[in-house]
Amino acid sequence: MKKRTVRTIPQTRTPVQELDPTIRARNFEEVNCGYSESEALRESERCLFCPDPKCIEGCPVSINIPQFIQKIGEKNFRGAYDTITATNLLPAVCGRVCPQENQCEGVCTVGENLEPVAIGRLERFVGDLAIKNHWVNKPYIHPSLFKIGIIGSGPSGMACAADMAKAGCDVTVFEAFHQPGGVLRYGIPDFRLPNTVVDAEVEKLKDLGVKFECNTLAGRLFTIEQMIEELGFHAVFIGTGAGYPSMLNIPGDSLNGVLSANELLTRCNLMKAREFPKVDTPLPLGRHVVVVGAGNTAMDALRVSKRLGAETVTCVYRRSKTECPARAEEVHHAEQEGIEFHWLTNPIEVLDDGNGNVRAIRCIRMDLGEPDDSGRRRPVPIQGSEFELETDEVVYAIGTNANPIIGQTSKLTLNKRGYIETDSNLMTSIAGVFAGGDIVTGAATVIEAMGAGRKAARGMKAYLGIRDIGPIPTDGSLFGIALSEHNFTRVRIAE
Amino acid sequence: MNSIAPGRSGPQPFEILRREDYSDVTYMLEVHHPMMARAAKPGQFVIVMSHANGERIPLTIADFNREKGTITLVIQAVGKSTMEMQQTLTAGSMLHGLAGPMGIPTHLSDARKVICVGGGLGVAPVYPQARAMKQKGAYVIGVLGFRNKDLVFWEDKFRAICDELLICTDDGSAGIKGMVTDGIKQAIEKHKDIEEVIAIGPPVMMKASANATRVAKIKTMVSLNPIMVDGTGMCGGCRVKVGEKVKFACVDGPDFDGHEVDFDDLMVRLRRYKEEERVATERWSETCRMSEPGLGELSKINEMAFPNRN
Ligand SMILES: Cc1cc2nc3c(=O)[nH]c(=O)nc-3n(C[C@H](O)[C@H](O)[C@H](O)COP(=O)(O)OP(=O)(O)OC[C@H]3O[C@@H](n4cnc5c(N)ncnc54)[C@H](O)[C@@H]3O)c2cc1C
Ligand SMILES: Cc1cc2nc3c(=O)[nH]c(=O)nc-3n(C[C@H](O)[C@H](O)[C@H](O)COP(=O)(O)OP(=O)(O)OC[C@H]3O[C@@H](n4cnc5c(N)ncnc54)[C@H](O)[C@@H]3O)c2cc1C
Ligand code: SF4
Ligand code: FES
Repeated sequence: MKKRTVRTIPQTRTPVQELDPTIRARNFEEVNCGYSESEALRESERCLFCPDPKCIEGCPVSINIPQFIQKIGEKNFRGAYDTITATNLLPAVCGRVCPQENQCEGVCTVGENLEPVAIGRLERFVGDLAIKNHWVNKPYIHPSLFKIGIIGSGPSGMACAADMAKAGCDVTVFEAFHQPGGVLRYGIPDFRLPNTVVDAEVEKLKDLGVKFECNTLAGRLFTIEQMIEELGFHAVFIGTGAGYPSMLNIPGDSLNGVLSANELLTRCNLMKAREFPKVDTPLPLGRHVVVVGAGNTAMDALRVSKRLGAETVTCVYRRSKTECPARAEEVHHAEQEGIEFHWLTNPIEVLDDGNGNVRAIRCIRMDLGEPDDSGRRRPVPIQGSEFELETDEVVYAIGTNANPIIGQTSKLTLNKRGYIETDSNLMTSIAGVFAGGDIVTGAATVIEAMGAGRKAARGMKAYLGIRDIGPIPTDGSLFGIALSEHNFTRVRIAE
Repeated sequence: MNSIAPGRSGPQPFEILRREDYSDVTYMLEVHHPMMARAAKPGQFVIVMSHANGERIPLTIADFNREKGTITLVIQAVGKSTMEMQQTLTAGSMLHGLAGPMGIPTHLSDARKVICVGGGLGVAPVYPQARAMKQKGAYVIGVLGFRNKDLVFWEDKFRAICDELLICTDDGSAGIKGMVTDGIKQAIEKHKDIEEVIAIGPPVMMKASANATRVAKIKTMVSLNPIMVDGTGMCGGCRVKVGEKVKFACVDGPDFDGHEVDFDDLMVRLRRYKEEERVATERWSETCRMSEPGLGELSKINEMAFPNRN
């Protein structure tokens, strides 16, 4: 193959088809239609197959990105799928929801001069193809006698379950809700991640022999200690997510019409309240909705409110657009859909209409001062700049705290903020009990949670004495030495 | 782990083994769930979904039987979900979802003399607490409020565990005429050494009960019933104000010190979905009226369900 350079490759990113903003802002259809085969092939031509691929380092689970892109170029889609799933269990999910601009695409060599390779869209293309064609990488599973309990069916729990099932264990996933998927189910809305995709991923796990027990509140129905001592589990993984939404603690917090983004999204996505009264769970609509915060959760709350028919939907965030933690694509989509943004604005009080309902929200304008601990410039209020925004529904999307249930019901060591403490193999203070995902790190990302689930599985196998016979994980290291520290140059053999 | 059947996955049906009707609006379901029966403690609740499109509704575990492997729910038909369940759930049918036990179990104090107060939908939930206090050796005075004689239930169950039992009805058709607060006052006058009051019922009733014991400084525990969604601390819909702090009733409660709770805040928040509840109930009873006359008399039913609500 002729060596590609930045000059020879297609100069612009292959655009992806999207639903028209004015139409989609009123329905729950998926916004991003995904690449067709020809679009994917064209985009695959933009990869330089760098000898020292930065993108792999940028990926939290070190997917061999140039390899899978190369296989797409060869129309070996199944091969591309196998490459991705060697490290990433959920390509159709991650291709849609990963913050690629801060990960693989953010460091892609092409991105130094042109727009980076659309790695996420290519990954999603492969993942969707796999679902459509029912590809499963069902390895020969040699049954071992171990019984594994997984608490929580979010990405971390699913990833750990898959790896342990592949290691021959008898795996049961316990989920408190009546449907599995964690945030992928109750949080991220259909127009970004259709439920059919989550269903397909759950089905794949069932094919591997994983059992799902929904309606099971671990900790309360049985404790972690009981799982090990009485219920016969040889190892347990805790992936219960962060949960427990923060409130602003400003006057008016408890008025009717103030709710957390989690409540809004759960009612809408999991309970299907948007079909009320056909379903029983209500979700009264504000006409003028204000969402506080600018992360992915906030973007979802904004765009859901718009779709539910609100006349105006406004985002209020105390820092500027540059600091906004949401995926760039989501902010862009939200803007297209007619959502208003008040950057550098901080709410100080929610005002009452006299009947316990929200009438307006008082805010103050902010300015950026010196950098704070997070390295971002600290917002400081501008004296005398207070103003009122008329609204009848205020949604808080300002982060979450640790869910207290496991802590309340077990002797596990928690850190000061209530998250579970683990060692470097993700084992907790109780032998055989591992934890990972948001309940260990605090709110993070899908791919990091998934990576944690797999890392815990590795630790679990070591703990149980199961030899890892799968492919050696390409976790960015060779013989335990990080790739960047290898003192030999890797050569690519011409084909 | 025999109780979780192997290979069962996805939504699991939970079988109703027995049903009993206590009045036009109150019914009891005994549900098969051996693990829950083993884990349940007084003061805890479950979240029930009766069908796939149903709401997740919180209901107190009113009793549990570890030998039989069942939990008992006592339900008042007050709106769409609970009225529909009253009509569709019979012995042999299945719940779509049943999760729990949720909430921090009641902290059973060392009080030697307690009053256990139950009003309206709180009569059943106070039972396991009264029984547990009795088992701990306390002198238990029961005070139960009903609208009238026809609505009285579990009198014998309470008699069996209470040292004294006062029934209060609004019209005096059974027990003393008056509200549970009158019963509390009577008991406090008679016994000067009451150490704790446990009151469960509609918010107005719990508020009145807490006020009735404030002066005498008798510790009063209440069990709050805000609107819930998940019951696992994930949505914040159930938040309540307790001593100026925000608490999530499902994971930080549901029991709180009644003298610290902001009941007015709770009552305002319970009205959040009033309009939607009305739409759902009317729409539902409309469809029922077509097949079965007589169920549309909503206002009457609502009135019966909330004896102590104004
Ligand atoms: C609205 C929203 C949008 C997001 N968007 C993105 C995005 O675009 N990209 C991205 O990378 N990340 C995004 N995130 C973050 C990402 O979803 C999370 O970091 C990730 O899902 C964490 O996975 P987890 O496995 O740790 O837990 P979760 O996905 O939170 O799953 C935990 C599961 O455990 C269950 N559970 C909890 N307690 C118990 C118990 N005691 N017993 C049994 N089950 C229990 C819960 O019901 C839940 O189903 C978003 C998050 C939210 C809320
Ligand atoms: C921890 C807890 C324990 C409970 N235990 C019991 C119990 O043992 N038996 C029982 O009959 N009920 C109990 N409830 C109340 C029960 O959950 C509600 O009555 C039920 O959700 C009403 O649903 P619906 O669709 O039938 O009525 P809706 O039409 O939704 O509501 C009708 C009326 O009920 C009120 N209401 C709605 N939701 C609640 C709620 N969560 N709590 C209190 N009132 C509500 C509304 O203000 C309205 O006036 C409990 C509630 C909580 C939070
Ligand atoms: S950094 Fe970009 S161009 Fe280089 S291999 Fe990765 S995706 Fe291809
Ligand atoms: S019901 Fe959702 S946090 Fe309590």
